[in-house]
Amino acid sequence: MVDIAFGPSPGQRPKLTDPREAYLEQVRRKRMYGGIILVLFVAFMASGWMLAEERNAGGFWRGLPNVIDFPAEVFSEAWTSRANLPGMFWRSIPALIETLNIAAVATLLGAIAAVSLSLLATRGLARWPRLIPLFRRSMDALRAIPEIVIALMLIYILGGGPVPAVIAIALHTGGALGKLFSEVAENADLKPVEGLASVGANWSQRMWLGVIPQVAPNWLSYALLRFEINVRASAILGFVGEGGIGHDLKLAMQWGQGRYDEVVAIFFLLFLAIVMIDNISDHFRHKLVKGN
Amino acid sequence: MTATLSPSIAGIVTASFTRKRRMAFAIPAVILVYLIYAAISFDLAGLAQRARLDNAAILLGDFWSHKTHVTRDNGTGEVVVAIEGENKGTYPQGTAPDWVTLSGATTTIDLGAGHIVTYDAAGARFVVPGYGTIDIRPVGGKPVLTAPLPIPDWISVAENKVSVTTNAGRFSYSRSKVETFKYEAGWELFFFTLDSPFYGKGIGALIGLSTWGERIDPVRSNLGYMASEFWTNKMWHHRDVAWAIFETILMAFLGTMTAAIVALPLGFLAARNFNPLGPFRFAMRRIFDFIRGVDGLIWTVILSRAFGPGPMTGAIAIALTDTGSFGKMFSEALENIDEKQVEGIQSTGANAAQRARFGVIPQITPILLSQVLYYLESNTRSATVIGAIVGGGIGLLLTQAIITQKDWEEVAYYMILIVLMVMLMDSLSGWIRRKLIKGE
Repeated sequence: MVDIAFGPSPGQRPKLTDPREAYLEQVRRKRMYGGIILVLFVAFMASGWMLAEERNAGGFWRGLPNVIDFPAEVFSEAWTSRANLPGMFWRSIPALIETLNIAAVATLLGAIAAVSLSLLATRGLARWPRLIPLFRRSMDALRAIPEIVIALMLIYILGGGPVPAVIAIALHTGGALGKLFSEVAENADLKPVEGLASVGANWSQRMWLGVIPQVAPNWLSYALLRFEINVRASAILGFVGEGGIGHDLKLAMQWGQGRYDEVVAIFFLLFLAIVMIDNISDHFRHKLVKGN
Repeated sequence: MTATLSPSIAGIVTASFTRKRRMAFAIPAVILVYLIYAAISFDLAGLAQRARLDNAAILLGDFWSHKTHVTRDNGTGEVVVAIEGENKGTYPQGTAPDWVTLSGATTTIDLGAGHIVTYDAAGARFVVPGYGTIDIRPVGGKPVLTAPLPIPDWISVAENKVSVTTNAGRFSYSRSKVETFKYEAGWELFFFTLDSPFYGKGIGALIGLSTWGERIDPVRSNLGYMASEFWTNKMWHHRDVAWAIFETILMAFLGTMTAAIVALPLGFLAARNFNPLGPFRFAMRRIFDFIRGVDGLIWTVILSRAFGPGPMTGAIAIALTDTGSFGKMFSEALENIDEKQVEGIQSTGANAAQRARFGVIPQITPILLSQVLYYLESNTRSATVIGAIVGGGIGLLLTQAIITQKDWEEVAYYMILIVLMVMLMDSLSGWIRRKLIKGE
């Protein structure tokens, strides 16, 4: 015990007769390690930022005033043509709906995949216990591939449109939700499952009637959180790839001056949608997890 | 409980069962209706027609194989052998891989399994086992085909071009040139390019060279030379790729850590039990909401306009977006702490800073650390996407490779690297979390 606390070399061992001395020694040592880690961390952060700035096209201090410039330019132009804004709003709504649809369908499909994957990968519930590692690794792989990679490759094969984005987000969602779902399912009470097994229920009946009712609130809450994330992901994928409001935003921004009113309209629409979805899903998640 | 249930309870239970049964059918039905609506609005039927399965075949083929072009210019008679038809992969004039024989004006290409292509002064011939000889001669500038009839559908004949597609390779003859493509498994020139002295040597020969072989370049050791040849590979750019991966991780690390450092004091300002000023607290919360609501995409776009492309822009974008999320989470964590520890420290006469340091921070450290690590992990993935927008890191290389629509082997390489990177960060953060929070 003493060796573990103070290290094995007897020379540095403090006098054990004086517990106060021993305590202070321990505190000093802890402080010293803390200090070293802090210094290393600060040095690492500073050099990291310096390196990042060096490899950046524009410097930090030169760019800092421009941070305001671009939004200011956009907003001032939008202000002069503010009469157009309501019309722009209406015109962007279909694109917004497409973005939301992409997120919703992807979340739905991903969640359905995640339900089966997670049940197959949970200890105690799995249909084929031997295959648990296989399902776990496949979820890891699904989570690890960024959506953009799959989306861009599918655009090459399927042509543009929303479907590549849906598939890409759904695959990622399947992996991410699968992990969370299986963590919830691990804590499920097995008694209902055993009860169902005793009356001869097969595996899918045991899961559907014994496990799902227990875990449904938590699963739904995670799925809602994922939907929030996927709305953002779908906007970003639109910007990089094709489809939805992100794509319109990119087109309007590439056009530059003259279409900044559209940029502002899209921006506000996206902002409002994200805030609204966040609040609604927050509300329901609280209800689901805390019960009524 | 008495033996007789009052009828009202029985009624309630029955009603509740009926409702649940109805829900069990209604929810899948609603989901199905929504998916059908989505399928129509996404134009799934049209997609089936637009889908390019030939592109999929090219993509998948490219992932694990490469092709070598053997091209003869029909005007000058010059034969060029180039891997993927790229300049960087062109064999020096007069040399060729062992399946191509150059002798004067005649070029013989052995595609394997008896498929032999010959270019000569008269034109070109392609011997396909089990079918016969496809003979093409230019007549008046146009290629004229002589082959056993009937012409099968894997030979396409147009006015100015004849192409033959077989399992062994592809062949095409047009007015200006005749080309043969041979497909081989593996990523070409992955380690050494053609101009490197180490090209085409087996592992054994390379180990021999690096340990006891004679120095190829008298100035440096063979191992160092080999490393530098690999590092500066002109086809695969290993050095640039390694830098890009490093930049991506750097973006994620700097962004997440900076966000956490900035958000911690702001979290105190937004927590009910630390900031008694209601309006100020409200303002802080709305700022967090605003930052989160504007979304990483828009911050990234604004910042890349200001700072130009590069890793710093990406790091700032991540830092800004996550400051909003961290601020909200930290302030919630601060509101849920146990006040007793703070009171105990206050009773010893500690001031506000000391109370925060010794009463509060130890309580929230586990939550804080696990959140930060979780974000670090997920930001490694986001940094790829952000890199594609701001123009830095592996995301940029990846989107560039995808846009060319032919370097799919590079796409596969980057994808493997990204997945490895994300998995590495995943297990690293899991390891740190276990070490720091659960104690060893």
